[in-house]
Amino acid sequence: MKNSKPHKIRWSFIIFFTPVALWLFLLIVFPHLELLKMSFTGTDFYGKSGFTLENYGEFFKEPIYWRTFARTALYSIFVTFIVLVISLPVTFYITKIARVKSQGFLTILVLIPFWVSELIRVYGWMILLRESGVINRFLVKLGIFSVPHEMLYNDITMVMGLVYTSMLFMIVPIIGVMESLDDALIEAAYDLGAKKTTIWRKIIIPYVTPGIMSGSIIVFMLVLGSYLTPKLMGGKNALWFTEQIYNSMIIYFNWNQGAAFGFLLLLLSSLIIFVALKVTKQDFKEVVK
Amino acid sequence: MQIALSVKNLTKKFGDFTAVNNISFDVEDGKFFSILGPSGCGKTTLLRMIAGFHKPTSGIIEIRGENVLEVEPNKRPVNLVFQNLALFPMMNVFENIAFGLRRRGEKGPEVDKKVNLMLERVGLPGYGGKQVNQLSGGQKQRIAIARALVLDPTVLLLDEPLGALDAKLREHMKVELKKLQVEVGTTFVYITHDQSEAMVMSDYVAVMNSGHFEQLDTPQNLYSNPASSFVAQFVGNNNKFLVGLKKDESGNFYATTPEGGEFLLSEPFDLEGQNTFEMYVRPEAMIINPKAGKEKINELNADVKAILFDGGNSRLLVVPENSKQELIVALPQNHQFDHIKAKDKIRVGWYPKSAVCFKKSEEKIYEEL
Repeated sequence: MKNSKPHKIRWSFIIFFTPVALWLFLLIVFPHLELLKMSFTGTDFYGKSGFTLENYGEFFKEPIYWRTFARTALYSIFVTFIVLVISLPVTFYITKIARVKSQGFLTILVLIPFWVSELIRVYGWMILLRESGVINRFLVKLGIFSVPHEMLYNDITMVMGLVYTSMLFMIVPIIGVMESLDDALIEAAYDLGAKKTTIWRKIIIPYVTPGIMSGSIIVFMLVLGSYLTPKLMGGKNALWFTEQIYNSMIIYFNWNQGAAFGFLLLLLSSLIIFVALKVTKQDFKEVVK
Repeated sequence: MQIALSVKNLTKKFGDFTAVNNISFDVEDGKFFSILGPSGCGKTTLLRMIAGFHKPTSGIIEIRGENVLEVEPNKRPVNLVFQNLALFPMMNVFENIAFGLRRRGEKGPEVDKKVNLMLERVGLPGYGGKQVNQLSGGQKQRIAIARALVLDPTVLLLDEPLGALDAKLREHMKVELKKLQVEVGTTFVYITHDQSEAMVMSDYVAVMNSGHFEQLDTPQNLYSNPASSFVAQFVGNNNKFLVGLKKDESGNFYATTPEGGEFLLSEPFDLEGQNTFEMYVRPEAMIINPKAGKEKINELNADVKAILFDGGNSRLLVVPENSKQELIVALPQNHQFDHIKAKDKIRVGWYPKSAVCFKKSEEKIYEEL
């Protein structure tokens, strides 16, 4: 078709492609170009704006900025790893051990928390964990604690909240791949003398790696760019880099600085994903599929 | 001869359903043993119990005289070739075969040597570097067998491994597999629903039906002396006649058909109880237009309904006089019967010893195609 009539205008293609192109350009490419321009713009003492590297320079000069940046990156990787470690047995249980009848039900159980907004979910955790919260009252009543402890506003609760918030996005892609894993492969490995850990290491994990990678990319990006959970559960000492962007733009009204931070974050996530794909020898196209 | 595998009173129940019902058998070292049965007869369950994937409800499995019931599948000296082969797609051919060896802690040149030797054995030398999806069906087959055989198991279990191959390749692999078994001398336990596979390759065949063994015998005996109506129908082809039996003054037994035919039988029967029997005569035991000889021959007149030409496996579809029942008669392709056309009248005969007779049973056979 394509070769026989090379000059025919494909109207259907144009009709369907135009909204996509508009959406991509107006909502993604254009604002980013604008932000990119902004990040290289500065105002001098007299209020005259012009090209400057000052916004990026500020990031390296001020330790709080790059420390938050590094902290955010490391914690995001850590959270992704924790999510993965929890998701693997969960998906294995749902796809291979649970009865066919209950599989759908279990998947819905994983999905249900995502029917409420992130804000409500985080407040749910706060009700449970705060000093006058459910868990504290329960533990004091049991006599395990003599006085209530503040369980909120530290890194552990923040990581827990982030893990909880992003679990689904790891489980769903892994379920997709794990379902196609033939049980006979596991049995064959077992029959050939493999221990359970070896079966995981040699058969299951290599098989589901595409699912793991696509799940990890989504979770990593979500966590890196999340704002609510670290802000509400992490407390004052646990700054997240998105908060720096928010502060620059909204509190200090320094959009140029915020734009520069935004671009650094984009650069960081792209770099880490690139390295992760290279390390696991996965093809980006394969993973996105 | 040493006994490689011994199964004693093995039973497996799933809820109320008894998949394997009190089965006992021994397999001698180095033999090719087949379990033949229709799908759903419990043969896969039996095999999986031997491999260790199912715990039997009761009974004992011994390998070289040692009870292995408490031994996990990864520690049992048996290996299983899966129905769908289950080659590891994330590894190349070499790593697939080396998988079991590495799990035993073998390393380096020793693994190389064993894997390469095994690849030569199955006729695929130099295939180690290939990926699994680069192999053809027959090659995958051999790699799956090599992967299990390289561990030198006491018993190699094979779960219908030829099922997925096309007919021509299956014929070829049957012979290959038998040759391989003779060469390596490992005990094979092979399950299949294809009677031809079982007959060609096996030293002994157990015919299994709804959880129990109907007969355990050599292929020749299964064919010529079936122990039950089920075996007569399941192994090879057979023409079935519903008959009554009678005994004449000189002590000969005859089968009588509702149409009034009388056929001499070679064996005596117990005539007490209900007198409905099934008589089986194989198509290839039927003689077209028999010549009178010394031996008594049973004969009936029949119309040729159709010629089912299938090369060396050609047959005639005939209908006996005064009857509606169709019979299959083998048609040798030696030009002797070229004159036979549809609608011809012919005589069909068989020696009394070619016919077998059983009390009528209600069992049905679902022959898989």
